[in-house]
Amino acid sequence: MRKLCYNYIDKVIHKGGKNLYRITNKKHTFYRESGARKMGLMTFKGGVHPHDGKEFSKDKPIRELLPKGELVYPISQHIGAPASPVVAVGDTVLRGQKIAEAGGFVSSPIYSSVSGTVKAIQPRRGAVGDMVNSIIIENDGEMKEVEYHPVDDIDSLSKEEIINKVKEAGVVGMGGAGFPTHVKLSPKEPEKIDYIIANCAECEPYLTADYRRMIENPELLVEGMRIVLKLFDHAKGIFGVENNKPDAIAKLQELVKDEPRMEVCPLQTKYPQGGERQLIYATTHREINSTMLPADAGCIVDNVETLISIYNAVKLGKPVMNRIFTVTGDAVKEPGNFNICIGMSYAEILEAAGGFKTQPEKIISGGPMMGFAMFGLDIPTTKTSSSLLCLTKDDVAASETTACINCGRCVEACPERIVPSKLAKMSEHGDMASFEKWNGMECIECGSCSFICPAKRPLAQSIKTMKKQILAERRNKK
Amino acid sequence: MSDLYNVSSSPHVRAKDTTARIMLYVIIALLPASVFGIWNFGLRALILIAVCIATCVVSEWVFELLIHKKSTINDLSAVVTGLLLALNLPSGLPIWQAVLGSVFAIVIVKMMFGGLGQNFMNPALGARCFLLVSFAGTMTNFNCDAYTGATPLALIRNGESVDTMKMLIGTTAGTIGETSTIAILVGAIFLILMGVIDLTIPGTYIVSFVVFIALFGGHGLDGNYITAQLCGGGLMLGAFFMATDYVTSPITPMGKVVYGILLGILTGLFRTFGANAEGVSFAIILSNLLVPIIEKLTIPKAFGQKKEVKQHE
Repeated sequence: MRKLCYNYIDKVIHKGGKNLYRITNKKHTFYRESGARKMGLMTFKGGVHPHDGKEFSKDKPIRELLPKGELVYPISQHIGAPASPVVAVGDTVLRGQKIAEAGGFVSSPIYSSVSGTVKAIQPRRGAVGDMVNSIIIENDGEMKEVEYHPVDDIDSLSKEEIINKVKEAGVVGMGGAGFPTHVKLSPKEPEKIDYIIANCAECEPYLTADYRRMIENPELLVEGMRIVLKLFDHAKGIFGVENNKPDAIAKLQELVKDEPRMEVCPLQTKYPQGGERQLIYATTHREINSTMLPADAGCIVDNVETLISIYNAVKLGKPVMNRIFTVTGDAVKEPGNFNICIGMSYAEILEAAGGFKTQPEKIISGGPMMGFAMFGLDIPTTKTSSSLLCLTKDDVAASETTACINCGRCVEACPERIVPSKLAKMSEHGDMASFEKWNGMECIECGSCSFICPAKRPLAQSIKTMKKQILAERRNKK
Repeated sequence: MSDLYNVSSSPHVRAKDTTARIMLYVIIALLPASVFGIWNFGLRALILIAVCIATCVVSEWVFELLIHKKSTINDLSAVVTGLLLALNLPSGLPIWQAVLGSVFAIVIVKMMFGGLGQNFMNPALGARCFLLVSFAGTMTNFNCDAYTGATPLALIRNGESVDTMKMLIGTTAGTIGETSTIAILVGAIFLILMGVIDLTIPGTYIVSFVVFIALFGGHGLDGNYITAQLCGGGLMLGAFFMATDYVTSPITPMGKVVYGILLGILTGLFRTFGANAEGVSFAIILSNLLVPIIEKLTIPKAFGQKKEVKQHE
C-alpha cells in the first residue's frame, strides 16, 4: 500500500548535446527531454510522510520585524573556521558593517544587521546548546545603514568578481547546513557543472519560509539563479519544488517559461525530498555518496534563501543581514512568517508572533525532523535559523521505547538504503568495524528511521553518535 | 531559568504505529483461519486455542516477574505466539501437551534468549517441532470427530488422489489452522494491505517451491498435484504468517529473496525426499538459523555506491 505509482528516471541518454531521459513507472516507459517533465512527479526511493503541519503558517504573508534591545552574533554561523571579530567593545557600528571577517577560505564574514554599539564579545549559548564566542551589539533603533554599491549591469562582472561578491557578503547555505556558498561556487572544474539545482523542496514539516519566498519574491529567486548560471556556461538551472506547493510551482513556471536555461521540476511530497543527495537524484538521476560532493556529479545545490542572498550580494551589494523565519506550532498564538534581522533572539521573534497560546513541551529550532530542541528561548538566531517550532506535545517523551522486532520499516524508509536498526545496534555495542562495513557513514541523519520505528527506538540518534565517534577517530589517526 | 523545555535528539515527531498495533493486526489476520478451524474441528479446537494463548501470556508474565523485568505482555506478541502454535496443532492433542508446548515456546525459545526481538527461531514453530519430536504419536494423529484418516499430503504420498477443492476451502484433516487456504489468504491480504508484510518472502518461497516440485516432484507440471502441494501441509500458513515473522527473517532486501528461495528448496526437499509428507516447519526453523549468515552476505549497497556517476562527453 505504500508503493504507489511514481516516475523514476532510470536512464539518461546523451544525443547531440542534449540529454534524453528514460522515465519509467509501473505501467509505462517513455522518453523525454529534461525540459518537459509534465507526465509525473520525480522522486527518490525510500522516505516517510510525516504530518505536514504547514497549514499553521502557510497563508501568512512575510512581516518585517524590527529588532529591539541587544543582538547577538555568534562568530561561528557556518561550516568551517570561525570568523574573527574586527570590532572592539565600545565601537559604533552601522547596519551592513562587517563585524567579523572570514577566518580562512572555508569560512564566512559576519555583518551587523542593526546600528548601535558593541556591548561585549563573550561566549553565549547557541541553538545547538554549546557556548559560542559572540559579538553583542546594543541596538540604537535607528537602523543607520552603510552605503551599498549596487551593480547596474551584472553582465559587466567577471566570474571572479561575482564569486568574490558572494564571499564578501557572507553568503552561506541558508537551508541549515551553513556551508560557505563561495566555496560551492568554486569547484575544481567549473566547466563540468551541468546543473544548478535550486532546493525549493522545503520537505521539513511545518516550515513555510521558503514557500512564502517563492510566492512573494519568485523573481528574486530566478534572478539569483541567473547570476549563478553566469558562472557556469554549460549548466542548466532546475527548481525542484514539492507538489504540495502548486502555486509556487505555477509562479516559477510562469517566470521561467522563456528561459532556455531554467526549468521547474515538480517533486513528490515526501521527506527528505530536499536532502541534497535525494534532490540531485530526483532531478537528474545522478547518485552521490558520502565521499563525494555534488560537484562530482556535475551539480551545485542551493537553497531558496541562499539564491536570494546571492542576488542581494551581487546585484544590490548587500551582505547577509536578514532572512525569512517561520514561527509555528500548535503552541503559538499567531503563527507566521517574518523577515528577521539575523542576531535577534528567539524570544523576541516569538513575542512578535503573539507568544504562547498554550505552554509548549518542546521548542525546536528548525523543523521537527532535523531541528534542534532548545531548553530555552534566550538564544540568538543565525544565518541558518529557519524557524521556531513550538509543540504542545512531545512525541519523543510520550512514547515508550520497546525492543526492536526487526520489522524492517527503517530499511524501507531509509533514503540511503542502509539498515538503520542494525547500525543502531552496532552503535550501542561500539562495533566500529561492522558499522563501517554496513555503510553507516552514508547516513544523512534525516531521522526517517526514528520517525517510522514502531518500537520508538532512537535509531538516528545512535547512528549519529557512532558517526561522530568514527569521524573523531579518523581525525586522531591523521 | 525556572522551567526548561524538553530536549532530545531529532527527529521530534514519531509515526503512530507501535509494536502492539502490528501484533494486533497479525491477530486479526489470523482470525479467519482460527474461526474456520473451530468450525471445522469443533469445540476441541477452541479449547486448544484458548489454552495455548493463556499459557503463553501467563508464562511470559511469570518469567518476567521472576527475573524482575518489566512485564511486556502488553505488546501482544505472546498472544500471537500462542495463537500460531495452536493453529499448528492437531485438534486432538492432549491439553497437557499443548500447555507444555506453549511454555517451551515462550520460556525456552523466546525469553531465555532475551525476549521479543532476540529469539533466533520462531517460538511457535520451535515449540511445534519440539512437540513433533517428543510426542510423534499424538502430533501426527489427525483423527477427530469430523475426519478420520490421513492428511491430504499423506494421501498424495501414498499415491491416492485428493480433492483440491476441499483443500482450498479447508474441509480436510490437518492441524487446526492449516487446512483452509482461502481463510489464510484472506488474513494474508489484510496483512499486506495494512503494510505489515510484503510479498517478497511468501512470493519467493511459493515460486521456488513450485519450481522445485515441478522439477523433482515426479509429477511434472500436474496442476492438481501442485495445487495440493501448495494448499496442504501448512505451506500457506507458514509462508504468510511464519516465514514473514520479522524477528526471525532477514532484514536486508536481498536477504529476504535468498531466504524465500531457501525455504522453497528446503520444503521441496523435505517433502519429496524426506521420510515425512510435510516439511514446512523444519524448513522454516532451519532457515531461521541461517538468517545471520544470509544477512551478512547480503549487506545492501548504499545509495550512490551502486555505480559510477554518469558523466557525459
